Amino acid sequence: MDKRVERKSHSLGERYAAMTHDLQWETTYQSMDRVFPFDRYEGIKVRDWSKWEDPFRLTTDAYWKFQGEKEKKLYAVIEAFAQNSCQFGVSDARYVNAIKLILQAIAPIKYSLHRSLAHTGRHLRGDALRVAVQMQASDNLRHFQNETHAASVFNKYFNGLHSAPALFDAAWYLAPFKSFADDVASAGPFERIVAISFSFESLLTDTLFVPYMSGAAHNGDLSIVAAGFSGQSDAARHKMLGIETVKFLLTQDPANLALVQRWIDKWFWRSFRLMPIVAMMQDYMLSKRMMSWKESWQRFVEAPVEALFAELAQFGLRLPTGWAQACDSKEHLSHQAWNVFYGYGDAIAVHTWIPETDELNWLDQKYPDSFDRWYRPRLAHYAQRQAQGHRFFNRSLPMQCQVCQQPMFFTEKGNPRLIAYRQTEHEGETFHFCSDHCDTIFSNEPAKYQQARLSSHTLLHATDGGAKADLLKASLAASHLSNGRDQGDFSGSEDDTNFSDWGGGQDMKEAQL
Amino acid sequence: MSNVFIAFQANEESRPVVDAIVADNPEAQVVYSPGLVKIDAPGKLVIRRETIEEQTGRPYDLQQLQINLVTLSGNLDEDDDTFTLSWKH
Repeated sequence: MDKRVERKSHSLGERYAAMTHDLQWETTYQSMDRVFPFDRYEGIKVRDWSKWEDPFRLTTDAYWKFQGEKEKKLYAVIEAFAQNSCQFGVSDARYVNAIKLILQAIAPIKYSLHRSLAHTGRHLRGDALRVAVQMQASDNLRHFQNETHAASVFNKYFNGLHSAPALFDAAWYLAPFKSFADDVASAGPFERIVAISFSFESLLTDTLFVPYMSGAAHNGDLSIVAAGFSGQSDAARHKMLGIETVKFLLTQDPANLALVQRWIDKWFWRSFRLMPIVAMMQDYMLSKRMMSWKESWQRFVEAPVEALFAELAQFGLRLPTGWAQACDSKEHLSHQAWNVFYGYGDAIAVHTWIPETDELNWLDQKYPDSFDRWYRPRLAHYAQRQAQGHRFFNRSLPMQCQVCQQPMFFTEKGNPRLIAYRQTEHEGETFHFCSDHCDTIFSNEPAKYQQARLSSHTLLHATDGGAKADLLKASLAASHLSNGRDQGDFSGSEDDTNFSDWGGGQDMKEAQL
Repeated sequence: MSNVFIAFQANEESRPVVDAIVADNPEAQVVYSPGLVKIDAPGKLVIRRETIEEQTGRPYDLQQLQINLVTLSGNLDEDDDTFTLSWKH
């Protein structure tokens, strides 16, 4: 803080009460239901809005003061990083592909969530929650901007960072993120808070913004790390907002429990289905390694979420239905996701590779029960094919889950040799799902998902059943991606040769000696 | 009893806060990783304004914690003098 702290005449509690409560009045020349048309149709009952309190007791003046301070610190780091050409000081140019995924998948979802939150903040009848949600909306807009600025340093020197918004709308591998954001946007205000603040932020985002970001710092990327940590300081507030709102709803009316539990089941699973990319970034894209996805899951999801639900049990809540399966997959998720990305290596806007021997050994050590048995032999097979000049590319169009839109690559709980498929008939059509949980989400709201835009269907439709082999690869051209530069193997790519020609990674190598 | 935790960006502004936490919470475990400092404690963790002020010799506003905060876990209760994370169960 560069400003001197002054003792205030009112306590934090008094300031918070004065600036966030009793701001509301009963409207007269229009009915309250017309002014707030969205906060009752979901079926949530609120009897006393004054009971909602932000545990941080953050008021608007303090909010802008601290956010301003965070921005000043962050942009000082980003500028210093650029002025010192630190983009060449990262461990290895392969690492930059993780930044591409953040820009393509994470930044746009933040932008979309900011819009949903701004709408939610406008449409809640309770003043204190409205203030907190509007802050969360501003936070998410800030995160989108920060992540974009932090990545722009790299955009000057590396490929694949130039077309994130177009990719977000069109690319098949980003469809889970786009579909998640659209699902949130078309939900009611209470479901959105349970979705974003509780299920997404308080249960799962630490994996990306804490252990992954610390790993990125370990790889010399202070630009993205500063943006990530700065953003997660807001997310700590969002977590509390989510948890307090869930507790608040459960104490307002007994009828709220069934709705809240159903939303938590749904949104935990939808949020978990965004994790394959994060798992893969943690295990495969951080060239200097620190913590595995499995360890990250255990420390930042499994332990705190179980502690949280032990606390929430007093309100009648239980862990989400997908919990056991999600925990079971920690042995497999990153390896299965990397396999999909490698197989479609020319149809995604990042480069892929086979990890080097010391990296494979590290994965063995971190996953003694799964890697050597299931995943290392497959990577060895790919490496062998590549050495013979027959690099494996998956030429099929991925079959996508109707709800989460991930390709069907997830295996059954307890059996990593069996891909999970589920299907449901609805109005004479068959719909396909990656899991029981996505199947249930569909069955609860079929009208919402039956017309989902699936990339594979759209591509087939556009070509009228013609040649399918290169449809995915070609589809990225519409997002201004160029095959051979932005896609394909890392080895021999422009990113690889440029980084090497420009002396990249030397500092890190010298530091290791 | 489950752990509560709090993590900060590892920098000079966080140092007196971490020192204050260690002084006030004998069971707290401090773990450093690149860029980050995370403190775990069984069941409860208290951050006291006075202890931070003793470390730095100048007034401190507990809301300043937010600037270098990265994440936390536990029920939060904050007033002018203390910032408390706890699990009841």
